[in-house]
Amino acid sequence: MNLLSTSGRALRVAVGAAALLACGIALAEPEATLVIKNHRFDPAELKVPAGQRVKLTVHNQDATPEEFESHKLNREKVVPPGAKVVVYIGPLTKGSYEFWGEYNEATAKGVVIAE
Amino acid sequence: MFATALIVFRESLEAALFVGIVAAATRGLAGRGSWLAGGIFAGVIGALALAAGADKIGALADGIGQDLVNVGILTAALAMLAWHCIWVSTHGKEMSQEARQLGSSVRAGQRTPRALMIAVALAVLREGAETVLFVAGLTTGTASSGIEMVSAVLLGLAGGVALGALIYFGLSRVKPHNLFAVTNAFILVLAAAIASQLARALAQSGLVDLWSSAVWDTSKLLPSESPVGVLLHALAGYDARPSGLQLVFYVGTLLVVGLATREVRRRQQHGHPQAEALRPRAL
Repeated sequence: MNLLSTSGRALRVAVGAAALLACGIALAEPEATLVIKNHRFDPAELKVPAGQRVKLTVHNQDATPEEFESHKLNREKVVPPGAKVVVYIGPLTKGSYEFWGEYNEATAKGVVIAE
Repeated sequence: MFATALIVFRESLEAALFVGIVAAATRGLAGRGSWLAGGIFAGVIGALALAAGADKIGALADGIGQDLVNVGILTAALAMLAWHCIWVSTHGKEMSQEARQLGSSVRAGQRTPRALMIAVALAVLREGAETVLFVAGLTTGTASSGIEMVSAVLLGLAGGVALGALIYFGLSRVKPHNLFAVTNAFILVLAAAIASQLARALAQSGLVDLWSSAVWDTSKLLPSESPVGVLLHALAGYDARPSGLQLVFYVGTLLVVGLATREVRRRQQHGHPQAEALRPRAL
């Protein structure tokens, strides 16, 4: 019992600390936007700061759904037609990270450049 | 057309392999066929509903609604698989004894499949929704003919089902007294893979910001998009660039389920009254 309540308290402290940490980071968080139009990404080359988590908003302006996918970024998310979805990426080390639209791979291609 | 079939194949692969493994794990159990079919059917209905609501869900919670749904589905699936692993590995001996005696372990069938069937429904739901969305997009977006589209979708699905059948028949060759141990190992690894996907969904949605950077990079050695990489991803949760949190979730699941199994076994051996009650015909 004693052990349980101690670990419960430790858990609460840990969760609280994590929440504080998350808020602190959220305040200074860099953001970026990608637009999908005619099955292409704009910009096709997106520059983001390295070493920081980035809030990436993907806005699909086509009438068909798209799946934002990147093995290098380790992300995949469906973007319904007309929708804006948020994908958090990184923190990334410096370098380039290819991404694509899985449903229109022939044209929907781009790269995130962390610098 | 081939590109369309390939996408449908990739989307259906994970669920098909999962169903194949579960079908092998529950071989010979009473009522398995109807449970499995029920799980798949519920998953398909859910997938259609999820796809139909995708626009609304996607816009929820400032653009992370889809991730929230995913987190819920993955958490539930993880719980089901973990519970199944612990239960089966503590009753595996009896189950395999009965399987040898009767050629089937009918009694065990009364309890085990439920968790697995829910897990099957959840797997079909998650993978199916993406397939439905993709196909729905095809019908509005492209100029290709209806027949071509339908045959491409069927071809992709057939490919997925064929791989599921392959793993099922492969596992069916395992001797009955090893079957539970082997399929349980598969299901434990699948549980760890789902935990890793859960960690990724939490990071992607921004809900958790902890150990998000890639721990290693094997994308040159074994790319995630290569056939072997795709297969390993579906079976064992392979990622070429896993985050720290994914690793913690993966290893944590293996450890927690392993330790819980040992604890339940220990209690059974010490004649814990509750455990004793669960034990059918110990003598």
